Amino acid sequence: MKKILLGFALALGLSGAAMASGSSFPLDKAPNRTNDMAALQNGAKLFVNYCLSCHSAAFMRYNRLRDIGLTDKQIAENLTFPTDKIGDTMKASIDPVQAKEWFGANPPDLTVIARSRAGAGGSGSDYLYTFLRSFYRDTERPTGWNNLVFHNVGMPNPLWQLQGEREPIHAKAESHGVEVEVVKGWETVKPGTMSEAEFNSNVGDLVAYMQWMGEPAQNQRVRLGVWVLLFLAAFTIVAWRLNAAFWKDVK
Amino acid sequence: MAEFKELPPGSPATAQVTNWFENRFPTAFDAYRVHMSEYYAPKNFNFWYIFGSLALLVLVIQIVTGIFLVMHYKPDANLAFASVEYIMRDVPWGWLIRYMHSTGASAFFVVVYLHMFRGLLYGSYRKPRELVWIFGCAIFLVLMGEAFMGYLLPWGQMSYWGAQVIVNLFSAIPLLIRGDFVVGDATLNRFFSFHVIAVPLVLLGLVVAHLLALHDVGSNNPDGVEIKATKNDKGIPLDGIPFHPYYTVHDIFGVSVFLMVFSAIVFFAPELGGYFLEYNNFIPADPLVTPLHIAPVWYFTPFYSMLRAITGEMVYVLMACVVLGAVLGVAKAKIGGVLKMAVVGAAVVAVGLLWAIDAKFWGVVAMGGAVVILFFLPWLDFSPVKSIRYRPNLVKWLYTIFVINFLILGYLGVQPPSPVGERVSQVGTLFYFGFFLLMPWWSRLGEFKKVPSRVTFTPH
Repeated sequence: MKKILLGFALALGLSGAAMASGSSFPLDKAPNRTNDMAALQNGAKLFVNYCLSCHSAAFMRYNRLRDIGLTDKQIAENLTFPTDKIGDTMKASIDPVQAKEWFGANPPDLTVIARSRAGAGGSGSDYLYTFLRSFYRDTERPTGWNNLVFHNVGMPNPLWQLQGEREPIHAKAESHGVEVEVVKGWETVKPGTMSEAEFNSNVGDLVAYMQWMGEPAQNQRVRLGVWVLLFLAAFTIVAWRLNAAFWKDVK
Repeated sequence: MAEFKELPPGSPATAQVTNWFENRFPTAFDAYRVHMSEYYAPKNFNFWYIFGSLALLVLVIQIVTGIFLVMHYKPDANLAFASVEYIMRDVPWGWLIRYMHSTGASAFFVVVYLHMFRGLLYGSYRKPRELVWIFGCAIFLVLMGEAFMGYLLPWGQMSYWGAQVIVNLFSAIPLLIRGDFVVGDATLNRFFSFHVIAVPLVLLGLVVAHLLALHDVGSNNPDGVEIKATKNDKGIPLDGIPFHPYYTVHDIFGVSVFLMVFSAIVFFAPELGGYFLEYNNFIPADPLVTPLHIAPVWYFTPFYSMLRAITGEMVYVLMACVVLGAVLGVAKAKIGGVLKMAVVGAAVVAVGLLWAIDAKFWGVVAMGGAVVILFFLPWLDFSPVKSIRYRPNLVKWLYTIFVINFLILGYLGVQPPSPVGERVSQVGTLFYFGFFLLMPWWSRLGEFKKVPSRVTFTPH
């Protein structure tokens, strides 16, 4: 029996196997707000205002935002471009040829980005939450920005007006007998329109929205799962007693 | 043709309807008796015997959910990824159908691996059940093909690059498999065709053959006792009970427990930490961007490990194994001079080939051989008893190490290559093949316990 359990543990990934996400930067834990309608609505607003000009969410329809408590009227008036219909998917208006020229690559679609960025270091939300808060000024990059999580990223800090400009404080530390540089903290060079706490909370909302958008049915799935398991638990008891009733004849 | 029966006038309506059908379609009534109500199975099955029924259940789940997925999926390199997301978002209950199908794929391998291990434990492949075992191994092989081709269809990065890596292994015929110079639209179309119709047809045929052959020879049991050896005056085995209702009601219970685990994964953890749905596969396939680490899905990884284990150095070890085997064969085996010459000749040819052909090729041979060797199991086991219950402790230890070794190989196949991992997987590969190739020797060793004439069973 131990063998079997060990087998399951190994096979099903409790061994902590690394599915490398390509970054070894330690990730901060993103707040879990996929059930918080106000946070999701704020996140959707931030997403439309700050992400959607360059990135599409080509599998996500605007009217699906009803699921996070918005009415069709609110969606049409506040979130869609004037040319969009409510049943359209979220398409960026950027020209792909120009985008490639400006950033070196086409901005990736963001519909399921949160799902794709999960890995050994943390969930996809953790990755996005840390990534979006780790930009710093770098004059050697064509956009003038660099990122600690995604080194030499093509995207400039999309939230710089809100966050302001920051610089990482490096410190020396010893790791496995070798001296390495680690990031100890941040120093604000130019403040943004939000305080650090405000900014973190807003990024938390934005990331919660992106997590939700990756799988809009995710909370419905969990709620339904509870009922399914309750039914199966009751059914298992019935099946167990039925089995015993038949098998009492077998001597 | 069976006798045409007339019921006396005034018989109950149900009897008359049954009689009407029985006169016109006796085959169905015979089949019900042969496979259900009068199929006598040993009464001492334990929990290991649930996995056959569960495999059938998962097969049905895969076919039914597959039918619904095909209604919305688009086998086109430009549309495939988007159509899967369309199923996940816009198709009513599409997410449930898709998660059942993706979880079902992994569940299929879980139950099939456990089902095969059961066969190993109780000697279910031994005479007269060799064909049951061979059909089963063929099902396993075909299932691997089915899973491999199905995995390309979501057209994510892992789908694409996994297919690219594996197809390239068959260096002589990749063009034939891909239908293009790279994995592309042509590949996707033919894999779709194979996945939804060609391979499932073969699979169903093999499942029917597996079950018919099983019902002809009768099921083995945890004691490895032939229940047909002790029959009552009506010719019914004394230790047998009708499959229906005893094992159907048993299986309903087992199915219910299985569905709890299955549903828990579908509803609460459909990605299962990146093992059932790999994270990288949420990025659309991009032929220009190779992922840092390409790993097959977990159920292929023990075999993938063996593929990676065969390096240039390892080929020398294999040569040494061949030479050692030949020397032992000539010195120890009780065979004639001509046969001994043949052994030496074969060894010389084998060493020559190992030396002449690239290690990559032998890696593919090892991966394929690891599955093919299972087919020969009935003729490798020379133990005088079938069930592990009556075999020496040595065998229990060997089986334990075999399982742990298989799991380690599986774990290493998920990991990026590393020098330590490579060494471990090489030792593991040698053990895997040694386990089977040396079975004719070790299966005879040790003290065997006495097998009872009737099965051991305590009423519950």
